[in-house]
Amino acid sequence: MTADTTDMTADQKALFEYLLRLGDNAVVLSHRLGEWCGHAPVLEEDIALINIALDLLGQARSIMTYAGEVEGQGHDEDALVYRRDEIDYRNLLLVEQPNEDDFAVCIARQFLFDAWHYELQKALLASSDEQLRAIAAKSIKEVSYHLRHSSEWMIRLGDGTEESHRRIQDALDALWRFTGELFESDAVDAAIAAAGIGPDPQNLYPAWSETVDRVLAEATLSRPEDGWMQSGGRAGRHSEHLGYILAEMQYLQRANPDARW
Amino acid sequence: MYTQGLDIKTGDTSVPLERGDGQLDRRFQAKIDADEKIEPKDWMPEGYRKTLVRQISQHAHSEVVGMLPEGNWITRAPSLRRKAALLAKIQDEAGHGLYLYSAAETLGVSRQELIDQLLAGKAKYSSIFNYPTTTWADIGAIGWLVDGAAIMNQVPLQRCSYGPYSRAMIRICKEESFHQRQGYEIMLTLCRGTAEQKRMAQDALDRWWWPSLMMFGPSDKDSEHSAQSMRWKIKRVSNDELRQKFVDVTVPQAEFLGLRVPDPDLRWNAERGHYDFGEIDWDEFKQVLMGNGPCNRERMRARRSAHDNGRWVREAALAHAEKRRARAAAAPVAEAAE
Amino acid sequence: MSEKDWPLWEVFIRAKSGLAHKHAGSLHAADAQMALENARDVYTRRGEGVSLWVVPSAAITASDPEDKEAFFEPTGDKIYRHPTFYEIPEDVKNM
Repeated sequence: MTADTTDMTADQKALFEYLLRLGDNAVVLSHRLGEWCGHAPVLEEDIALINIALDLLGQARSIMTYAGEVEGQGHDEDALVYRRDEIDYRNLLLVEQPNEDDFAVCIARQFLFDAWHYELQKALLASSDEQLRAIAAKSIKEVSYHLRHSSEWMIRLGDGTEESHRRIQDALDALWRFTGELFESDAVDAAIAAAGIGPDPQNLYPAWSETVDRVLAEATLSRPEDGWMQSGGRAGRHSEHLGYILAEMQYLQRANPDARW
Repeated sequence: MYTQGLDIKTGDTSVPLERGDGQLDRRFQAKIDADEKIEPKDWMPEGYRKTLVRQISQHAHSEVVGMLPEGNWITRAPSLRRKAALLAKIQDEAGHGLYLYSAAETLGVSRQELIDQLLAGKAKYSSIFNYPTTTWADIGAIGWLVDGAAIMNQVPLQRCSYGPYSRAMIRICKEESFHQRQGYEIMLTLCRGTAEQKRMAQDALDRWWWPSLMMFGPSDKDSEHSAQSMRWKIKRVSNDELRQKFVDVTVPQAEFLGLRVPDPDLRWNAERGHYDFGEIDWDEFKQVLMGNGPCNRERMRARRSAHDNGRWVREAALAHAEKRRARAAAAPVAEAAE
Repeated sequence: MSEKDWPLWEVFIRAKSGLAHKHAGSLHAADAQMALENARDVYTRRGEGVSLWVVPSAAITASDPEDKEAFFEPTGDKIYRHPTFYEIPEDVKNM
């Protein structure tokens, strides 16, 4: 499916694009968390990770349903999630990075995202868009729990054993290059910010940075240097990993285009 | 059922079957006969304790290993609604494994010991989870048939004589009520769908029907511990009785779907008021239970690698908790010194 | 040699305000904070509570079943503690 955006106004186009970015983050990260199911370090953590995956999936469903309404082409949540190609996906590169069977990667990715996601949802509580405001009001409670969960694990692993410290530092170092994208701004963001729908991404940085510093300090971890940042997910330029995610996620829908499930 | 391994004749004499005739034994049995619950610190015969540990831990292992065949389809679930239901169902299974390990722990055995037994291949889990989930319809068939069979077994276990097990089963039964329905709904959607979907559904029933019947364990005449377990009210209804009940309720459900049950000997017996059905392939049953099913190796490998990959995490959490305790203990002293 | 288990915790849930916390089950956690969060994830997935307690299982002192008679039977004949012990004519209201 390729989005046909010809009938939308410029505002609607920006909103549709913005919603896809929000929704795709939730879809893809929930997919990565779902891969842990049955493979977590302890049973209690299996349950915790599935809870987070379910929260994100719920958020994705509300956002995608709304996106379909804004688009006005009769696409429901599944049409948007299961029929768009890689180049139409708008998620951050960070959330598509693979688990590598390493809980440290899972936690570092989650923490960097949660700290940002929390600030984003907080800002969306004041959105001029009623639907987004309602979605944020529900999401903020879930996301603050996610941040608490990932922050505590950052601290446990950072200030745990020598091995855990090394692993979580490695994971943090490896993922850091994807954090620049969280605060990038383009024409869509400018239009969204101008309409009071969402924050200017740069405004989320100070609070995010403060959370990261606070948690890393307690975790006895060092903050990686801001080197060259990877970018492009929000414009449909992805890493090689997203293609495999979509191949898995979409294959039944695409192999049986006339079927209902 | 999830504990069918208990019923197999192995020549294992570690669980004494003989009837105790001491005063304690008599008082214990009288309590059970009066439908009183046995609680963790109450006196109990060693055989009762051992049988329970084995039964509850097999049940717990089954829940946890059972997450794998379904987990296989989380990333491929064909709609967001289905994906959410599947995630929630598997999460329940993790929860149920956890409740059951906790119930076993009240009998003086740690979860780690039980997991070690599983990973060493010394503990059994239900044979059903050693079959592969090759198509999406298998997720429907598992919910409909496997959870259906499980519920049939678990409902009477809510009245089990051991308090913590009985309470865990009550909680589990309450939570599980949606599992079978979501499975049947998947089957129904497939059967009302395209020709390919219907074929997928029939294929799943063909593959899951017999393994589901095997879940109830060996026939009563070949079941080793049944009589003793019934007397102790650890087991409340016999294997064959439950299996018959399952066939009786499931066949009409298959008919409603328009699917054919893969048993040429299946027919309604008006005289008995039950369905007659064909003989289970007991050789296959024993082989799967002994480790030779299609996925035994894969399931164990997945559990072992999760355990091994998670070891450093578990150690780190303990080490961190220890550091915190040490710091908290040192803190008032430091304050006083200021 | 078995790996060391995380400590065992007992979980108590207040179903709604006005009710006492009731034992729900147990779980493993490395520390109290984790125990609380695991309890939330494990035992309140269906809106079962508004408040949680977690207590290290090792911190609970339980009465011994052997003492059951000495502990609990002496109250059996003290029926004067129950309202039905006292006879009040039916005509007397609000009692």
